[in-house]
Order: sequence, then structure tokens, then C-alpha cells
Amino acid sequence: MPDVVVIGSGVVGAACAYYAARAGLTVTVVDRGPVAGGTTGAGEGNILVSDKGPGAELDLATLSARLWRDLAAEVAGGAERPFGDLVEYEPKGGLVVAETPGILNALTGLADRQRVHGVTAVAVPPEDLRAYEPHLAGGLAGGVHYPQDAQVQPMLAAAHLIRLSGARTRTGAEVTGLLRGAGGRVTGVRTARGDIPAGAVVNAAGTWAGEIAAFAGLTLPVLPRRGFILVTEPVPPLIRHKVYTAAYVAGVASDDAGLETSAVVEGTKAGTVLIGASRERVGFDRTVSLPVLARLAAQATALFPRLADVRVIRTYCGFRPYCPDHLPVIGADRRTPGLFHACGHEGAGIGLAPATGRLIAAAIGGAEPPVDPAPFLPGRFAA
Amino acid sequence: MRPYDLAVVGAGPAGLACAVAAGRAGLRVVLVDGGPRLGGQYYRHAPPSYRATRPGVLHHGWRTFAALAAALPALDVDVRLRHRVWAAETAPDGLRLHCLAGDREETPVTFPAARLVVATGAHDRVLPFPGWDLPGVLTAGGAQALLKGELVLAGRKVVVAGTGPFLLPVAAGLAAAGARVRGVFEAGRTAGLAAHPGILLAHPGKLAEAAGYGLTLAAHRVPYRGRHAVVAAHGNTALTSVTVAKVDAGWGPIPGTERMVPCDTLAVGYGFTPQLELALQLGCATRTDADGGHIVAVDARQATDVPGVYAAGESTGVGGAPLALVEGRIAGLAAAGRPAPARLLRLRARLREFARALHAAYPVRDGWRGWLRDDTVVCRCEEVPYARLREALALGAADARSVKLLARPGMGPCQGRMCGYAVGRLAGSPEGLGHRPIAQPIRLADLARFEGDPT
Amino acid sequence: MNPLELVGASPEPPFEIVFAGTPVPAYPGQSIAAALQGAGIRAWRTTRVRARPRGLFCGIGVCFDCVVVVNGSATLRACLTEARPGDEVEPA
Ligand SMILES: Cc1cc2nc3c(=O)[nH]c(=O)nc-3n(C[C@H](O)[C@H](O)[C@H](O)COP(=O)(O)OP(=O)(O)OC[C@H]3O[C@@H](n4cnc5c(N)ncnc54)[C@H](O)[C@@H]3O)c2cc1C
Ligand SMILES: Cc1cc2nc3c(=O)[nH]c(=O)nc-3n(C[C@H](O)[C@H](O)[C@H](O)COP(=O)(O)OP(=O)(O)OC[C@H]3O[C@@H](n4cnc5c(N)ncnc54)[C@H](O)[C@@H]3O)c2cc1C
Ligand code: FES
Repeated sequence: MPDVVVIGSGVVGAACAYYAARAGLTVTVVDRGPVAGGTTGAGEGNILVSDKGPGAELDLATLSARLWRDLAAEVAGGAERPFGDLVEYEPKGGLVVAETPGILNALTGLADRQRVHGVTAVAVPPEDLRAYEPHLAGGLAGGVHYPQDAQVQPMLAAAHLIRLSGARTRTGAEVTGLLRGAGGRVTGVRTARGDIPAGAVVNAAGTWAGEIAAFAGLTLPVLPRRGFILVTEPVPPLIRHKVYTAAYVAGVASDDAGLETSAVVEGTKAGTVLIGASRERVGFDRTVSLPVLARLAAQATALFPRLADVRVIRTYCGFRPYCPDHLPVIGADRRTPGLFHACGHEGAGIGLAPATGRLIAAAIGGAEPPVDPAPFLPGRFAA
Repeated sequence: MRPYDLAVVGAGPAGLACAVAAGRAGLRVVLVDGGPRLGGQYYRHAPPSYRATRPGVLHHGWRTFAALAAALPALDVDVRLRHRVWAAETAPDGLRLHCLAGDREETPVTFPAARLVVATGAHDRVLPFPGWDLPGVLTAGGAQALLKGELVLAGRKVVVAGTGPFLLPVAAGLAAAGARVRGVFEAGRTAGLAAHPGILLAHPGKLAEAAGYGLTLAAHRVPYRGRHAVVAAHGNTALTSVTVAKVDAGWGPIPGTERMVPCDTLAVGYGFTPQLELALQLGCATRTDADGGHIVAVDARQATDVPGVYAAGESTGVGGAPLALVEGRIAGLAAAGRPAPARLLRLRARLREFARALHAAYPVRDGWRGWLRDDTVVCRCEEVPYARLREALALGAADARSVKLLARPGMGPCQGRMCGYAVGRLAGSPEGLGHRPIAQPIRLADLARFEGDPT
Repeated sequence: MNPLELVGASPEPPFEIVFAGTPVPAYPGQSIAAALQGAGIRAWRTTRVRARPRGLFCGIGVCFDCVVVVNGSATLRACLTEARPGDEVEPA
């Protein structure tokens, strides 16, 4: 019997498995699909500190960014290459640009407050923007450079974290219920391919985590927030950083159910350019929306006019797992002993995964948490 | 723009027959095709400026095509060639086809229509093997298209290989047009259909067609070998030879039977993959065909499960031009609310039976995996070697999509059209990589125009 | 025998296009890929990762192996793009 069974092989479940194993626990990961086939397979892989205002999530993000950097440098498990190479870790840095002096004011104000929390933020006057990004549009009011922002290939990251954890992996096994013991304690999972008893169960089912909680009679308000990404044909290197407009910061934190978009543009090692980001609450509807794609295209070409003649070759969408208060749910569910949640990371699950894994490993093993876990505890939803 | 009664995508045998039938039934039709001329793959022919006096020698049933093409001008059919459809969508007031007009201009144009027929045909189905990315290696259909459509020989010394009866017209056409065909290597059995004598007798036309190719090949002394496959292609910057090996019933190469065949060109094909992206965009249900491929599911009227959307030809199952013609006519009539004559339905049933027999006679066996080496490129666009695919499977990928996300096959410009079948087979998932919400590349500036009012 | 004789074709006279600085004849209506192929040019692009030569593969616009730059306009499929007099074709 494993010490821990993790439901979900996305990047969050993978990080939980990895840090639990590092803490000496034996782990099994179950997923109804293949490894990392959920939202992780639709994410862009940015590890961002830049888009978070001061508060609990920023503390989690700065810790996580550091953990990713440390992980990237490790050469583990007899590998020939460092982990960072395997998962295409790129400490490329972020550049946030402001269209108007008013927006720039808000942006630099945010940067000032972020600095207090350990974020490196370098103000970039308009005349210097092209030294960072030669192909940026003219007429921008200025920007802020965030050297801590980085990127990984999220699926590779999840898959390699699971491999390094040494966890047993059961793909194609849907969890259909929770095993319960004395006092209602969760003692494992029921899957379509048999029961898996375990000392503790981690619910890392992403956007579907509410369904797992419901198996224990609990409500966990994790809901889908759809996002589309455009992918271009491969082009010679054009864009160096993750570049986005300051409007993105407002969109991330917004409560609006309607469509919000902001230009988020970056190049990849494969030569393609990734263009986001849209946010809408439309349930799990995968129908492609041309107006959304069009808006993403318009915003990207406004930011980088050189992209106008570059062709889009594909698009995909995913469903960010969000909670009403826009904070992830991490930690023991005091309502049900044996059950831990690690979900609801919205548009930041890749970035926040390692810190989440550390928190979960500490919670299960009774160790000292790396950051204050209180703001993330599931108890906040208890009626 | 005033909506058309019917939009037909694809002007191959299926789409042409459909547009003519619907036009004759009084519908106002728009017939859209990305290519420069009518005819699709089967009736591909040279531009009129070539002034061919015998345009039909490379085609069976050229007269059928000529009659259909001649019927169009008198009908209310708006023929839009060089229009690539990049997206099809259902809107509250009907359906919309979003196109890029002009082979290099790519001007966005949208056609609204009450009903739609997907007749997008198929492309060659290919399997990877060492050296298949060398210049000089091309698809069997590609060699055929170059000959029929451009009157250019793919090469001088040609090897034809793969599986299925399509290899015969390709080899015969090349030989008749002056190429030296060094051999036709069929990985299955040459007498594949001999196991179904009843089927052959029921289709004397097919038998005669095959016999015709056989005569051409014999006249040019072209050997036709069953249970032989090209397992590697060689050359430094271009093809100079191929390794041909005898294969067992499972297509595993038999050691010691390899031999080098010098050639400058290899035309290779392992059947066809239907082009489903537009049907999938519209949300049409699919099903698995007799050959394991994914096809649009249609009812007796060629209607899909999406109201107003029909499909005909290879997109509903690979079955050749005669079947595509019949299905196209039935779809055109159905779109006009007309019943199809019983004779047509019987013909369709017989041709489908023939197609099923062909699929059964020429399956793709798993032994081709044994042709792969660690460094064999599986995905041509992203140049993903076989070793990377195996790593992805070892990391927990369990279907084509997760292999793609972990190792990148299918992420390049062709969007998995070339490697999707092989990746699906290697990952054990039949659906491959067919979902393409953007069917043709589109400039960001052109996509941006769809903001606000898209038409 | 050649393909033109086979179908009894008498094409209109060819015009010139330029591939990487070299003049190449093209018949009216011919695709750029066919013109290059007809002139014995079988590779006109180098791949991004392994720097391997590529030319025609599928012949019908689905494989994107044949892409070229025409008069500065990038990534056109040579097999789908009709040659026009004076076209300057470069490897993509
Ligand atoms: C378009 C887009 C762009 C994004 N970009 C970024 C970015 O740049 N940076 C960033 O940090 N984040 C980004 N995100 C967000 C990020 O992708 C998610 O926060 C993150 O992937 C969530 O990971 P997860 O492991 O919680 O969920 P998932 O990856 O969804 O994993 C959950 C797993 O649980 C499995 N599962 C569910 N139910 C069951 C069950 N009953 N039984 C068994 N298994 C089950 C699923 O199959 C799935 O594999 C983006 C998201 C989108 C949509
Ligand atoms: C390259 C090739 C060559 C072939 N040659 C022969 C042959 O010589 N003999 C033989 O018996 N069989 C041949 N075949 C088999 C062929 O599939 C059938 O014979 C027959 O042509 C199928 O008819 P169809 O109408 O279903 O489709 P097709 O003839 O394939 O017609 C489909 C049409 O749809 C168009 N189309 C597809 N997608 C779009 C889009 N998004 N936008 C706009 N237009 C689109 C295509 O341009 C094409 O003209 C060939 C197949 C291929 C792929
Ligand atoms: S040869 Fe395949 S796209 Fe031109």
C-alpha cells in the first residue's frame, strides 16, 4: 500500500508526487487519461511572478519560481542532461508593456509593491523597449522587465517529475469514488480498474477536482475558465521574452464572466510564436470561437506588427481551474481526514506547482511548511 | 452576401457530382476548391494552356468528368477555384465557409449557405522508414498528381512501393509517360482480391481496369512483387537507391532478403487518409472505417448528424472515384430534398462492398515498425526521431495527442497530416491527430479581420 | 515518350522564373514546384532542425515540405502556387 495516492497526473499532481517522494513517502499517481493530458497539456508553461499583486499567491509564486530554478539545475536519476534541459526550462524573463501613461503608472506602482516581496522588477523607459524586444510596436508608454519570469514545457515537466518521483503510475484509470475507513477517514481511491488503498489521498484533479470532493460529500468550488492559444508557423527568432500588455494583470484577477482578452506573446525554442490569452466562463465548451481567435490575433499584431504576415497554423483551448477567490486550494481537508487538495490554480498551475508540491508533502508528513499555508486551506469554503 | 442554398467543399468526383445534382434540382450552389482546376485528385489534369489533344489517356472515365464539367455553366453553380477553406462553422442563420482566395494572395472570403456538403477527399497515407525524408522520395499520389496535373515526370528511374491497388495506375502512368519503373513492391499480396473472387466477378469494370494496368506494366517489363517492401531509402542529398526486402505476412522484413535497387525516385503510398478537419470543426460525428481510419459518419442520405451538413466521397470512407461520384450525387439530391433513385442506392451499396473487400485485402500490418531505427524521422515537419516517440511512450503518453504534446510529432506546419497515422499506430490510438480547428494556415492580419462582425 | 507527347499537348511557350538566382523555365499554368522539378531541381529548402534538403513530397498541398519564399512572401507551398513570369523564388 502506498503512503500517498495522487489523483491527477497534471503538473500539480506530478509536483505533489515528486515532493512527497522526496520526503520519503511512497506514491501512486492515477489518472483517467494519459500523463498530463488535462489542462497541463493546454498550458503555455510560464512561470510568472510578474502578474501577481502582493499577497499570499505572490509569496507562493516567488517560492515556486525559485524551486523551478533549482530543479532545472539538478542532474537527477542518472540523467545525462540537467532537468532544465529535459523540460525545456528557459529563464527568459518577462516584459510587461503599457500602452498609455495612465496604465504605466499603475504598472510601475504594482512593481514597487512587488519589489517589497522579493520580486526583481526593472522599469523600462519607452526608448529602451526595443533594446529588450526589437520588433515591438512604437508608441508604447513604457514597461517593466521581470527577470525572474521563466518558462517550461508543461507536459514534459509533469512527465519528468513523475518519472523522477519513482511513483507508480496508473493511466487510463478513472477515479470513481473514495475508500472510507473508521470515522469517515479517506483510505484510498476506487478506480474503474480496481481499488487503491493508501495512507493519504491528494486531489490534484485540476478543473475536475470538485467531482472528487463530491465523492466525499464535500463542495469544492473549482470551475472552468476557458482559454484559447494561437500557434504560428515556425519563424526565425523574433521575440525574446514573454511579452504582455499590462491589461493582462487586470484580466487575470477579474471576476467578469464575459470574454476578456489581453495580448500575451512569446517565442518558443521550436520557432513557433504562442499567442494568448483569453478568459471566458463557458463551461467545458470546446467549440472554437472565431471572434476570440480574431481578437487574440488583432492584439498580438498590434503589439508586434511584424507578426501580421506570419501564419497561424493551429489553435487549442483549455479550461483553467479557478476558484471564486482566485486562490488555489492546497492542504488537508479538515472535514475529511486523509484527504488533501491541490487544485484550483487557475492560469498559474504550472508556475505554482513545485511550491504546491512542497506544501502538500509538508502537510502529509507533518513537516514545517515552506510558506504560510493558511490562505490556501480548503477550510475557507466550509459553510 | 445572400446565402447560397448549398455550399460544396471539394470539386473532386464527389463534390462535382454533388454540385451538378443539386444545381439540376434547382439549388443555388457555391462549389469551392483550393485547387486551380475542377476534378480533385482523380480527374486532375493539365492547364488548358497545354492544349492536350488526348487529355483522357491518363484517366479512366474521363468522359464522365467532361460531362459534369460541361453541365456546370448552365446551372446556378458559382464555381470558386483557388479558394482554400480554413474554417467552417455553424451560425444561428445557417453555415459559413471561411476561405482564403488566391494561391498566393490568400484574400479572406466568407460564403454563407443554408446547407453544406463536405467532399474534401483524402491524402496519401504514408509510413516512415529510414531515408523517407530524402528528396526524390514522394507519395504515390504526389507522383500521380505531378504527372496528371503538370505533365511532369517525378523521375527517370522510379520505384513504386506501398500497398493497395492504387500502386498500379501510378506505375502504369509513369511507365507509359516514359519513366523507367524498376519495380512495384506491394507489402501485402499482389493477388489481394483473389481471396474474394465473387467480388471481382461482381465488378467486371474493376477487373478490366486492373488488367489494363497489368498489360501496361508487362509491356514495359515492370516487375510487380508481393510481400516486398521498401524498408530504407539511401542517398546523401537526394535519393540514389532503396533497400527492398521480402516481408512476412506481418510485414516484418525477412533477414537476408534485402537488396539495393538503384533509382532516383521512390513513389510510396500505404492507402489514403480522409481529410476530416472541416467536418470535425462543424462537430460531425465520426466512426472507424474498415481500414481502421477515421471517417465522417453519414446516414443513407449522406447526411451527418449536424443538421444541414452532408458528406460524400473519401471523407466518408476511402472507396475510389466511382463511389465518390455516386455518393456525391446522392448528397446533392438529398440537400435539395429529393430522394435518390433506388438504382443509385444499389450501386452505392455494391461499390461500398467492393471498397470493404479492398480494405480487407490490403491492410497495413504492424511489421513496418521493424523498419524504423532510433534516428528515423517520424514527423517530417518537426523532425522528431523514433527514439523521441518511444521516450514519450515510456513517460506515460498513451495516445497520439499525448505523444504529440510530449515529443512534438504533428506540431509542425502539416499538423500531423503526414505522421498522424504512424503516430496513432505507434501510440495505439486510432484517431490519430485529425482535429485541426484551423484547416489552412492563415495570416494573423487576416484572422484579425474577424473581430466584431466576421462577415 | 514523354508526358506531353502522351496527352498530345502543345503548351504555350514557357516564361522564366528565377530560383535562387538561376533562371528556370515555366509553362503557363504550371506550379512553381513543377517548374523546379521539370528543371531537374529536386530540393529547394533546408530543414530547420537537421538542415536536411527537401522538395516535393505529397504534391497536393498537405505536407508543407515544398514551401518557398516567392517575391519576398514567405511560406507559400510551391506545389500549390502557380508560377508567374518573373517570380523570384528563394528557399524558405
Ligand atoms: C490556455 C491556457 C494557458 C495557460 N498558461 C499557463 C501558463 O503559462 N503558466 C501557468 O502556470 N499556468 C498556465 N495555465 C494554467 C495551467 O495550465 C493549469 O493551472 C494547470 O495545468 C493545472 O494543472 P493541474 O495538474 O491542476 O490540472 P490538470 O493538468 O488538468 O490535471 C488534472 C488531471 O486529473 C485527471 N482527472 C480528473 N478527474 C479524474 C478522475 N475522476 N479520475 C482520474 N483522473 C482524473 C485529469 O485527467 C487530468 O490529467 C494555462 C491554462 C490555459 C487553459
Ligand atoms: C494525390 C492523390 C492522387 C490520386 N490519384 C488517383 C488516381 O490517379 N486514380 C485513382 O483511382 N485514385 C486516385 N486517388 C484517390 C482519390 O482519393 C479518389 O480517386 C478520388 O479522387 C476521391 O474523390 P473525392 O471527390 O472524394 O475527393 P478528391 O478527388 O480528393 O477531391 C477533394 C477536393 O477537395 C478539395 N479540398 C479539400 N480540402 C479543402 C479545403 N479545406 N478547402 C478547399 N478545398 C479543399 C481538394 O482540393 C480536392 O480537389 C488519388 C488520391 C490522392 C490523394
Ligand atoms: S509537396 Fe506537400 S505541400 Fe507541396
